[in-house]
Amino acid sequence: MNRREFGQVSVSAMVLGLLGGKALAGDWQAVLAEAAGQTVYWHAWGGDTKINDFIAWVGAEAKARHGVMIEHVKLASTADAVARVLAEQEAGLTSGGAVDMIWINGENFAAMKSQGLLHGPFADGLPNWPLVDVVGKPAVVTDFTLPTEAYESPWAMAQLVFEYDSARLAAAPPKTLVALVDWIKANPGRFTYPQPPDYLGTTFLKQALYGVMANPSVLQSPVSEASYATDTAPLWAMLDDIHPSLWRKAAAFPANEPALGQLLADGETDISFAFNPGRASAEIAAGNLPDTMRTFVLDGGTIGNASFVAIPFNAAHRAGALVVANLLLDPAVQARAQDPGVLGFQTVLNMAALGPQDRARFNGLALGVATLSPADLGPVLLEPHASWMERIAADWTARYGVAQ
Amino acid sequence: MTQTGLDLRDLRVTHLGTQIAALNTRIAPAEVLVVMGPSGSGKSTLLSAIIGSLPAGFGVSGQIVLNGRDVSHLPTARRRIGILFQDDVLFAHLSVGQNLGFGLPADAGNKAQRREIIDQALADADLAGFANRDPATLSGGQRARAALLRTLLAQPAALLLDEPFSRLDLGLRHHIRQFVLDRARSHRLPVILVTHDPGDAEAAGGRIIGPDGSAL
Amino acid sequence: MPAGWSALPPTGPPVTAWRNDQGRRPKVMPARAPRPRFSLLRFAPHLTVALLIVPVLAGLAGTILPAFGLTNGEGAAAFRALADWPGLWRAVHLSVITGAVSTLVSLGITLGIVAALLGSRVFGVIQHLLSPLLAVPHAAAALGLAFLIAPSGWVARALSPWATGWQNPPDLLILNDPGGWALIVGLIAKEVPFLLLMTLAALPQTDATRRLMSATSLGYGRVWGFVLTVLPGLYRQLRLPVYAVLTYAMTTVDMAAILGPSLPPTLSVQITQWMMEPSLTMRSTAAAGAVVQLLAVVGVLLAWHGTERVAKAALIAVAGRGWRMAGADAPARLTAIAVGSVLAGLLFAGLAGLALWSVAGLWPFPDALPHQISLQTWARAAPDLAATGGATLAIAALATALSLIIVLACLEAEHRFDLHPKARALWLLYVPLLVPQIAFLPGLQMLNLWIAAPGLALWAVALAHVVFVLPYVFLSLGGPYRQWDARQALIGAALGASPARVFWCLRLPMLMPAVLTATALGLSVSVAQYLPTLLIGGGRIETLTTQAVALSSGGNRRIIGAYGLLQMLGPAAGFALAIALPRLIYANRRGMRQASL
Repeated sequence: MNRREFGQVSVSAMVLGLLGGKALAGDWQAVLAEAAGQTVYWHAWGGDTKINDFIAWVGAEAKARHGVMIEHVKLASTADAVARVLAEQEAGLTSGGAVDMIWINGENFAAMKSQGLLHGPFADGLPNWPLVDVVGKPAVVTDFTLPTEAYESPWAMAQLVFEYDSARLAAAPPKTLVALVDWIKANPGRFTYPQPPDYLGTTFLKQALYGVMANPSVLQSPVSEASYATDTAPLWAMLDDIHPSLWRKAAAFPANEPALGQLLADGETDISFAFNPGRASAEIAAGNLPDTMRTFVLDGGTIGNASFVAIPFNAAHRAGALVVANLLLDPAVQARAQDPGVLGFQTVLNMAALGPQDRARFNGLALGVATLSPADLGPVLLEPHASWMERIAADWTARYGVAQ
Repeated sequence: MTQTGLDLRDLRVTHLGTQIAALNTRIAPAEVLVVMGPSGSGKSTLLSAIIGSLPAGFGVSGQIVLNGRDVSHLPTARRRIGILFQDDVLFAHLSVGQNLGFGLPADAGNKAQRREIIDQALADADLAGFANRDPATLSGGQRARAALLRTLLAQPAALLLDEPFSRLDLGLRHHIRQFVLDRARSHRLPVILVTHDPGDAEAAGGRIIGPDGSAL
Repeated sequence: MPAGWSALPPTGPPVTAWRNDQGRRPKVMPARAPRPRFSLLRFAPHLTVALLIVPVLAGLAGTILPAFGLTNGEGAAAFRALADWPGLWRAVHLSVITGAVSTLVSLGITLGIVAALLGSRVFGVIQHLLSPLLAVPHAAAALGLAFLIAPSGWVARALSPWATGWQNPPDLLILNDPGGWALIVGLIAKEVPFLLLMTLAALPQTDATRRLMSATSLGYGRVWGFVLTVLPGLYRQLRLPVYAVLTYAMTTVDMAAILGPSLPPTLSVQITQWMMEPSLTMRSTAAAGAVVQLLAVVGVLLAWHGTERVAKAALIAVAGRGWRMAGADAPARLTAIAVGSVLAGLLFAGLAGLALWSVAGLWPFPDALPHQISLQTWARAAPDLAATGGATLAIAALATALSLIIVLACLEAEHRFDLHPKARALWLLYVPLLVPQIAFLPGLQMLNLWIAAPGLALWAVALAHVVFVLPYVFLSLGGPYRQWDARQALIGAALGASPARVFWCLRLPMLMPAVLTATALGLSVSVAQYLPTLLIGGGRIETLTTQAVALSSGGNRRIIGAYGLLQMLGPAAGFALAIALPRLIYANRRGMRQASL
């Protein structure tokens, strides 16, 4: 590093170091000043046009409000961005990195945090942080059992819900795992799940684990080698049981959530699921699904978590990224994300902490015909420890991923 | 510059040690030297040597002196030796007038003057009004005349003719041959005519030699 | 077909023109100063070779060294990790089968079409269809095919429910089948036009018409006569293109990701996935996988070469038997027309499907057409499409312009300094096409880490594209350039024109049709690049192709349709211009018209 670069880095470090704890108004002014004119390279999965549109809208807001441009780097997989930051670290690139902000959670966050690839703590220093519902939505500070320690800032809540077309399904949908298994076997070829290690596919496996394990509380600890085989045996038994009755007899799987949703839209499956309670309504609004679509959750609850943004340790436009992370917590932005016509994501904010005007933004939103009310969504099951996800995804690949 | 003609001093062309052609002679202004021989006898190689376009692998010795100026080591573009082939090779992407303009030196005048020179040259060759024509629409005889005009407008100091009439049918051949030789003589150019047509040799009415320099 | 091939003029450059063609040159050699001055131009061929070879070698080193643990001292750990992946054998098997079968069938179809139809009116139609077919980027072709043959695709919709009784899409494993057959079909549809083109380019040097005439006059059937008399000479010229096709088919990432199996995927797709994984160990596993992939390609190429020899010996043995096989002509002709129509139909219908989905409103199964037409998809995606399309075009323009300059400099140096490239030089041109991209691009990926500014990343990607664009520009332009009558340069020089004037005022304008075709070809090759853009751009450079492939996993047919269609429109417009411009500019120059397409 030459002297000039060193000087720049240390000035930034001084400004941003102050943000470690509670932000002072003056510090934030300095961040805003530094951010103005920056272009933030936000690496976020780009497989869904509604999300892409939303990010573009946030970009317009950031430019109008703070003079910060957002360049949405659309990823096929979040791991792409993680790999890039890792490679930059290996190459000794401690500043000027290509990735300014990543939409992240779960194992990617765990990997980046443990390898020192993230800037932070920063989230609790954001001016909008006091609005976040830390008590009512513990998932905003606990990412796959890993405390976020303010190394990532939440921007949306999500929960697993099942989707079906009420016009196509004769009876009421199966509301327990056992009933779902029976339904699958009675309706061969009409259900499937995305191929692990896809995120949603693995989430389905974790949801199934909650249903088949004798004591699901072990999921909150790292995988225990001693009991792993016994713990997961019922899961593999269940999969062995349903695979012959899955779509394409489990010889092929959809790649991810949009692909699974497309199967439902094309009438290739009858029961589907999504990690977004508002997805079905949003798709109806977009004209991609008929308005007879409905959603349901399993008795006993479904897995829920939060989506976060994190800032790599070497981000070239750290100040801009901080401004965008804060903007994502703005009540107007959160309300737009929750609008079923836009995204239908659940907010991370605490309604009680909002002023009446901001609260009205949320109360004014129509839920959409297919969206369950917060009460009907039922309990949120916490994400298992990240090691479970990695382990069962790898095991799944070994068992089913190389079918002959 | 004195008009002493084209002086080939002990010019020898070899390929891999074998002599292909040899000539030691002077062609006076307005003289036509005919080089005759069957195909493959080295006639065209001789012209290549004189014009400076021998492929690699050929050796050349001796001197080429044009009007007292040794051009042996000059690139083709600076030798001031014009050449005509059996195919008239008009540039297909240019009009007849533009073809002639390509030969006309850059210092020949402004746009209007150049145009006038070209029109005059065309008119003198019974090609009046042909300036904007597509060369592909010309008859064989017209193309041959246009090609000669283009060569002469470049103001060469010598002219090489590589079987220029062999593609023309008999009636036309006589006419064009006369046209070319008359023009060359009136410009007082030393001419080397390579041919295997005895009619050409007869019309030239001068010395006739083989590519090895022997008199025929 | 190797990454992003498109068209050469149907009159075609003789590929072997690069070989020593002294015998074919006009008697009079190009005007040339007896003592050429020192000139930068002279080093253009060296630069060309360096541009093609250095990235490949550097990339191979950057891939192979980590695979053997030579950069981190882990020894054979990477190969152990690779061996532990249960899908390895199956993935290698898939690569070999899809690559070899698609190449073999493509070659067979190509030769069948030429043998049965050469000289017929149908053949003329095929020649006209080649350019648009070749202009379709691989990813767009694969997406179009997927839209067509999926159980919920257009074919099923068109036949349902009246013929099939299907109210819902049938539960049939057609796309992403474990055997890779959908991928094989996609590869064949894309390779046959390429091989046909290369055949057309090679035919003039095989004396095919006269040989075929003498064979048929001896009572031989056309097809069998072709096999016995034309094929041996023709195949010698097709060998390198066939090898390039084989390499591409074994290692394609974008087509295999869209059409190929996923349980497991082909080895190249799996390597790409490993490259993108967050953990370090997977990177070296990917490198080890790339080495295995390279070995697999080398192995299959060697086996292919061995088979060539066996086939040649068999052909010679059979030739003496005197079988005439005249009865095979009529069925061969019908088969050739049928297979050719099906392939062209697949590509065109697939593209039409892309176009229709991009403007479709609600379109439930089994309706053959959407309920309403809507520009909503285009309107929503317009800013993205514009930005991505702009980047795609900028990269393609840079890569093509650079390639064109280098190739022209190289050919002009050849002409001015009377250089004669040997057969080896043709192999050098093919190096970037014969070495699998997946084997050397990962090794170059480290480069992009030092390129921080996005503007530079664009240049880096464009430079990487040059490695793949340049060979095609060279192959496309080399023939016409060398066939250009050098006497015109000599006459120009004799009229007093400098070499530069001869180049700018005679050679370039006269070769304009060929230069434009090479330009269109270069653009289409660049637009179609997936792996170089993904790996060298490091995610910061998005082109229509990377976007289309990224979106393809999401299954949103409307937006995929828009990207796929746009991906194809650029190259198609390029080829249309390459055909139209010379006709427009030289409308009044009949002598120029034979030279154009």
